[in-house]
Amino acid sequence: MNAKLAVGIDLGTTHCAMAVAPLADGAGGVDVVDIEQLVAVGALAKRPLLPSFLYFGHESEPALTLPWDAERRFAVGELARARGAEAPQRVISSAKSWLSYGGIDRRAGILPLNAASDIEKISPVEASFRLLDHLNDAFRAARPEQGELSEHEVVLTVPASFDAGARDLTVEAALAAGFDQVTLLEEPQAALYAWLEQNGEAWRTHLRVGDRVLVIDIGGGTTDFSLIDAVERDGSLELQRVAVGDHILLGGDNMDLALAHVVGQALAAQGKELDRFQLTALAHACRGGKEKLLSDASLEQVAVVLPSRGSQLLGGAIRGELRREQVEQYLLEGFFPKTAANELPRARPRGGFTQVGLPYASDAAITKHLAAFLASHAFGDAATGSARPPTAVLFNGGVLKAPLLRARLLDTLDGWLAERGRPAVRVLPGEDLDLAVARGAAYYGLVRHGRGLRIRGGTARAYYVGIESPMPAVPGLEPPVLALCVAPFGMEEGSKTDIGAQELYVVVGEAVSFRFFGSSTRRDDKAGTTLERWQPGELEELPLIELTLPAAGRSPGDVVAVQLQASMTAIGTLELEAVPQAPITPDERWRVELSVRRAPSSGA
Amino acid sequence: MTASSLTFPSRLWLSVWCAFNVLFDRKLAASVASLRAGAVEPSALPAPVPVQKVDDAPAASSNGALQLLSLLQREGRFVDFVEQEITAFGDADIGAAARLVHEGCRRALHAHGRIVSVRSEAEGASLTLAQASVDVKLVGNVAGSAPYRGVLRHRGWRVEELTLPRSIGAHDPKLVAPAELELS
Repeated sequence: MNAKLAVGIDLGTTHCAMAVAPLADGAGGVDVVDIEQLVAVGALAKRPLLPSFLYFGHESEPALTLPWDAERRFAVGELARARGAEAPQRVISSAKSWLSYGGIDRRAGILPLNAASDIEKISPVEASFRLLDHLNDAFRAARPEQGELSEHEVVLTVPASFDAGARDLTVEAALAAGFDQVTLLEEPQAALYAWLEQNGEAWRTHLRVGDRVLVIDIGGGTTDFSLIDAVERDGSLELQRVAVGDHILLGGDNMDLALAHVVGQALAAQGKELDRFQLTALAHACRGGKEKLLSDASLEQVAVVLPSRGSQLLGGAIRGELRREQVEQYLLEGFFPKTAANELPRARPRGGFTQVGLPYASDAAITKHLAAFLASHAFGDAATGSARPPTAVLFNGGVLKAPLLRARLLDTLDGWLAERGRPAVRVLPGEDLDLAVARGAAYYGLVRHGRGLRIRGGTARAYYVGIESPMPAVPGLEPPVLALCVAPFGMEEGSKTDIGAQELYVVVGEAVSFRFFGSSTRRDDKAGTTLERWQPGELEELPLIELTLPAAGRSPGDVVAVQLQASMTAIGTLELEAVPQAPITPDERWRVELSVRRAPSSGA
Repeated sequence: MTASSLTFPSRLWLSVWCAFNVLFDRKLAASVASLRAGAVEPSALPAPVPVQKVDDAPAASSNGALQLLSLLQREGRFVDFVEQEITAFGDADIGAAARLVHEGCRRALHAHGRIVSVRSEAEGASLTLAQASVDVKLVGNVAGSAPYRGVLRHRGWRVEELTLPRSIGAHDPKLVAPAELELS
């Protein structure tokens, strides 16, 4: 009999990582599992990180052989990332960002976006599945005595800002990969779990009742904020996640590109035009240069050298430089400007027709996004004295390895706190910001078995169904929409809402879709509350949800009154069910499909 | 070709080749060891012997060396650098290329293994060796018996760990870098 493991998987936008911990007491701690992958054609190596890239082989190439599949025609990992620069039409990157983007059908074959004609495109769900499937194969190769991941308890991390639909789709990909025992965990929580695991019992000396931890997680592609409170319950200290931020598609890759652009322009001014290959090489070189400048304050500039593409290295190389003032101007002032606490990010301008593309943050200033998050969740209303600013900070994500960026964030945050007469935050010392999420997820697997302190939280948003208000139709005006709360904020695993009084009417045998909204700021609405109006930005429209009443036992075309009931599954997904007012069998109810195949604009 | 007629790049190339073939090829390691034992002057070390071995080295034992070359080429353009004739270039060009090669090769080596100093003392410091050790090569007035007193000239290097990518599939490991054809 295999010893059962808790497996933590960080399915990241730019990298994946995997860690395991034996579930049996005293059998050892958390270990990172190195992931075998193709690093070049015909070269296999183990790495702690698996780049989240997928490459489709071309007919001119031999099979992309893996130990477990001799005939494979695609590759994930380092080789795939390298091919991203060489043959971009054959590579999928950032599949995870697509998974959370409701503007497209996330089960439809749309990736790679501008695929070469011989590629059969796949869906964001399928791309995520292929990454997870590779992790499963790599796990089996690394630990043959421990079988498949499906035999163990898998904890899969998702951004705290993922809505119910994106969480569902993540689970769909995990189930397709055979992970039958899967649980979701928010990434910032995983980072805090990693910190708890690393500190052992000593964590109690760092956190006290009344502390509020701000987790700032800046990865390659996304930025995620959470607030976690240390509270007292039944005489002992407990942690509770009280708020999460919105989904911000902004991360380290944007920063490298920005610097590459700056250096590229300086080179162009000297008459050195760069092609696409050199621009990619430049972004890589700028990342290296940035890391050096940000970790060594005595350096004034670093050379950025772009090799010629031919076999003659000397003579053809283009030499540029990245200077400290450029990093300060474009990185610190561009992404981490020292702004006022009331300076919020510029909103995305609403355009008419736009190309299909990810909704990248339109304001690059991470400090402004942080200000917006704290304004909603921590700084409160000065008049009512509801402010609960953070007292401690935990950093996570590769970008925040740079001491200068951490210092700038702290400086800005402490400035905001000082204005409010609050003391500066304490920094919780984290380690290995690239692997913390996977480690924390594995540790959470142990916590679920009572082996450590659990962070409580429940759903990070309240969810609402849009219903048309009963009023006479006015030509040219859309009927106003009321928002019926179907799932309140903070629903814990395994809990269910009461069936509210509000009825919805659906037609038997027809698919009926409803508009669906989420709110991370309305925390007091109960299931059944109906909102007639709300503040701008309070409710965010999510992809439509859909209900189909089977005709069994009823006549097609009949109108049936139903009420919605929400439950939070043990996996960590939200389930909505429609319960008929007059059931014809004792347990009659139908599942409401979240994240259906249409964009909100086309169906509402 | 005699050892003294080798150009600097060829010697650099050979030294890396030797280092890793000694690591992976027992027979070669044994012959280098005996050669070294018999050598009076260190300058006689880069003997032409290994050069003859290139062709008849069994494929399996040279695979590790080929993987290393591929890796250093991929990450640090190592083969490009060593194979280019550099005499005509100025120091600025060579410096720029050296930075690139240094950064890439270093990253590659550090990602795949760990190389540590044999001795932790500062170079130039006085050192007393209680007993002869294979870790420390005695140079200069080599005579007498332990303890040996002297000045540490080179700290030495030891590979503590080296896990190279392994070859898989139909790929020819001798192809350390394929030619590239850009389609437009």
